Parts: sequence; structure tokens; C-alpha cells
Amino acid sequence: MSVQAADVAPIVEAVAARLPGAVAEIRSDRGQAIVYIAPEAIVDVCRFLKEEQQFERLAGITAVDWYPLDPRFEVVYFLHSLSRQQRLRLKCRVAEEQAELDSLTAVWRSANWYEREVFDLFGIRFRGHPNLRRIMLPEDWEGHPLRKDYPVHGFKYGYKDES
Amino acid sequence: MNDAALETPAAAAGRRLTLNLGPQHPSTHGVLRLLVEIEGEFIRKAEPDIGFLHTGIEKQCEALTWQQAVTLTDRVDYLANLSNNLCYALAVEKLLGLEIPPKAQWMRVLLAELTRINSHLVWLGTQALDIGAMSVFLYCFREREDILRIFEMFSGQRMMTSYIRIGGLALEPPRGWDRAVSKFIRGFPAKIQEYEDLLTRNPIWLRRTQGVGCLPLADLIDLGVTGPVLRASGLAWDIRKTEPYSSYEKFDFAIPTRTEGDVYARYLVRLEEMRQSARIVEQALAGMPEGAYQADAPKVVLPDREKMKTQMEALIYHFKIVTEGFQVPAGEVYQAVESPRGELGYYVVSDGTAKPYRVFMRTPSFANLQALPRMIENRLLADTIAAMGSLDFVLGDVDR
Repeated sequence: MSVQAADVAPIVEAVAARLPGAVAEIRSDRGQAIVYIAPEAIVDVCRFLKEEQQFERLAGITAVDWYPLDPRFEVVYFLHSLSRQQRLRLKCRVAEEQAELDSLTAVWRSANWYEREVFDLFGIRFRGHPNLRRIMLPEDWEGHPLRKDYPVHGFKYGYKDES
Repeated sequence: MNDAALETPAAAAGRRLTLNLGPQHPSTHGVLRLLVEIEGEFIRKAEPDIGFLHTGIEKQCEALTWQQAVTLTDRVDYLANLSNNLCYALAVEKLLGLEIPPKAQWMRVLLAELTRINSHLVWLGTQALDIGAMSVFLYCFREREDILRIFEMFSGQRMMTSYIRIGGLALEPPRGWDRAVSKFIRGFPAKIQEYEDLLTRNPIWLRRTQGVGCLPLADLIDLGVTGPVLRASGLAWDIRKTEPYSSYEKFDFAIPTRTEGDVYARYLVRLEEMRQSARIVEQALAGMPEGAYQADAPKVVLPDREKMKTQMEALIYHFKIVTEGFQVPAGEVYQAVESPRGELGYYVVSDGTAKPYRVFMRTPSFANLQALPRMIENRLLADTIAAMGSLDFVLGDVDR
């Protein structure tokens, strides 16, 4: 019942051969491959995967906040190859002070809204994004709710016994 | 639409008007605000403004225990609750390494397919209503009511079922469930024929839907569109076939496709999908395995009432599960299922505690809606409504 076609090793080797230094780490969890990419190489890696390794789809982008670890964020990219029926998960580690990555909108247009969502809810910026505005929350919202130091009930409305 | 009767784009050029469709417009199926710039009857630029239904479901999941979070997955896509339950449960079960008994797996397939029929019926009814065919809506909701009654029979709830839980099903299937399902499913193909009689050769329906909302297949893939919209453009990709889950590999069904890629093709694909779903339900009814409806995992699944009263360990497990939930080993999993709208994916991260560390929902409506501006720009305003309906997005699913 494994979702992932297991063997992504040749793909990762091809990436490492073409873009030396881009692949930082390879891990596998429950049979699903996770590849850590150096943040500055993410656009090149994705363009290579799309154009030469048949990863036609970007299924989504999200982030995980590992507060208080440093680097704090992991941005996660879900890639999918239709012709090979293979999935690949890329990750970039991002520190809080320099919470910025290059935008993937030039590679897949589906990245547009996903990057806006990550910006809105995590406060990670994407360089070169054509329209980096909040997407879920109102424009004047303060803070980024999916960060771990953001309380579930928000800052504005606490419980009665809290100040 | 007859273009000649309308103002020509040339005459209207330079008189751009910004118009606000929504967020309360009934044809937006929820609260979608669409900012459109029009020249005469032609849309030059469209921009969806979403987030009106954002309730922070992903954040709330982090504050609940693993099992409690199932109730939130119902509320993501309120027309495909069981697909969401199923996807979340599969992801967490993969983290836990749980083996689900065959009966629960088959029952999940049966319920997921009834959900697909339910969702497609709402889509068909509202799409027809938007374009002006009132009565189809009434026919569709007649059958939908039957499905909701079946859901109520199973779970006690019509919509927010939370019936598929981590470890199996919430309750033992009720007495007489098979009779209720088989009565519905035997009569259903004839009902689909009724919808077809109303619409498939209806000249108004044809002129409103044919050639509307097309995009090349490569563009659709690039924009992340999935599900029936993609299949109506010729790509036979269905997660139930390519990455089978919950015993789907044991069922015999076809993936309907069309090549036209317009609203009419999407209509035909969804109708055929309902027929295929009915086939799957019939197979599930005929071959339903005997056995347990929950996994044998005392640390995750609540014990039997009788055992709890007679066995010490069962009582301890019950106490622990109810008071603090169960721990899930650290790790992360991405699980995709074919929801009625396309690829539904749950990305679940655990840090080894009793609450999810992060739950990301890759919802099909979000990605499908992103493609809408490209489908309607430089086309007639009236076609917007048809194209919008054909994407079949649910705003709860978009905003989460």
C-alpha cells in the first residue's frame, strides 16, 4: 500500500551530477523519499526536475515550523511525475532572520497561490513572486498564525482569566 | 451565446468597468469574491479573492489529539466528508504502522464512493441551476437525500459524519445497512438516465456548456488542476488506479475521459463517474468481507464495552486513550486520495506526542480555483458562471 514508487535514487543522483552542492541530505520516512535541497538552488533543481526528469506537476507547497530550533522553518514541496507515477518531496531549511526563498512561480504556475499561503500563514517571503500578498487572512492582519509561537485563539481574544 | 447581438469588443474598448462578483453571489457556491474587469460583455481580467471561510483548521488540528482532529477533517470539504476522513485516517495509520482489517477497508471504499455520488449530485444540481435549468436540482437532491439518510444510518450524522476513524470505523455498521445501500444503488443508474434525459441533448444546455472554459491540457497540469476537470481534457489519471489505497486495487472500474476539455465534457465525465461509483458500491456490497471493523490495536482503538468491564488492561487503555489520546511515532507522511474534486492530500507530521505537529491539507478545490482566471479571461461574462460551476470547488475546501 505504498503511495510512493520507492526508487528515487537515480533522480537524486542526476540532480547532484547536474547541480553539485544542491542536494544537502536524503532521507526516507515510511517508504517516502525526502530530499533536502540547499535553499539557493531550489529554482534550478525544480527546473531541472520539471524539464528533464518529467516532474510535470507541483502538487503543493507548505511549511513546518520547528520553533525553537534553528533554522526554524522547513519549506516542503510536493512534486509529482505523471508519466512515471512517482512522487518526490523536496525540503528547504529556512532560518527566521532570513526567512526568504526564491519563488517557483516561473517554473510551475501552481506555485503562485501556495507561496502566497506560506507567506500568509508562516511569514516566509518568496523573492520574485509576482503578487506576494496575504491570501487567507485580511490584508491588515498581524502575525502569521501557523507559527508555533502564535496562540491557537490568536493574540486579540484571550480567555477571560488571561490578562 | 450569440456574439453578434452583443456590443463588439472594439466599441467597448477603453470603457473598462471593474465589477465585483460575490462574495455573496449564489453562483459562487459559497463565499468567493471575484474581481473582474469587463469591456462590454467581455472579461479582460479576473482575480479571485479567497479566504472568507478561512477558519484555521490546520492550526486547530495542532491543538487537538490525533483522533479528535478527525472531526475537523469533516469540515474542510463539507460535500466530501468521508473522503477527508479517509485521507487523514490513512495518513495517520501509515505513521502508526497499523494494519486495517479487510471489512473496514471495503466499507471505507463503499462509503467513499457514496460520497463521490453525493458530491457529484450536488455539483450537477447547482451547475444546472446556475445555467438556468431549475428542475435538475430537485431531481439531484431527491437522490442526495437517500445518500444522506444512509450516512445518518451509519454514523448518526447526515453531513459531519466522522465515521472513518484512525484504526477503522467509528461504529459497527448498523443492522440493515446492506439492504438500505443495495436498495439505493439498484435504482440509481435509472436516475442517472433521468438526468441525462433532461440535459445531455438539451439545446440550451449544449449551447451554454460546449466550448466553454477550455484550457490546453499542459496548462491544466501546470496550474495544478486535478480530478474530473483533468480527465475531461483527456488525461486518464486517477489516484484510485495509480496509487491504490484501501483495497481499491480489488475493484473493477473504468476511468472515464473525454478530450474536448469544455464544461460539457466535464459534465459527461462526472455523470460517467457516478455510474462507475455505483458499480464499485455494488461490488463492495457483493464481496463485503466478514470480520472486525476496527484494527487490533489496543493502544489506539477504544476497547469493546464488554472487555472494558471485565478486563483490567482494557480499562487502562480506555482511560489512557480518552484522557490523553495515543502517541504517534515521530515522522511524516503524505497520503493522496482521489476525492470527488481531484487529488486530496494530507501531509501529516508527528513529533511523537499525542497531538499532530502539523497537518497540511492539499485540497483539490484550492488548486482548481487557481486556474479559473485563465479559463474566463477574454470570454463572455455569462460563460464565467458555467466555467466556475464546472470546476466544482467548495469554498470550505479552498479556505480551510
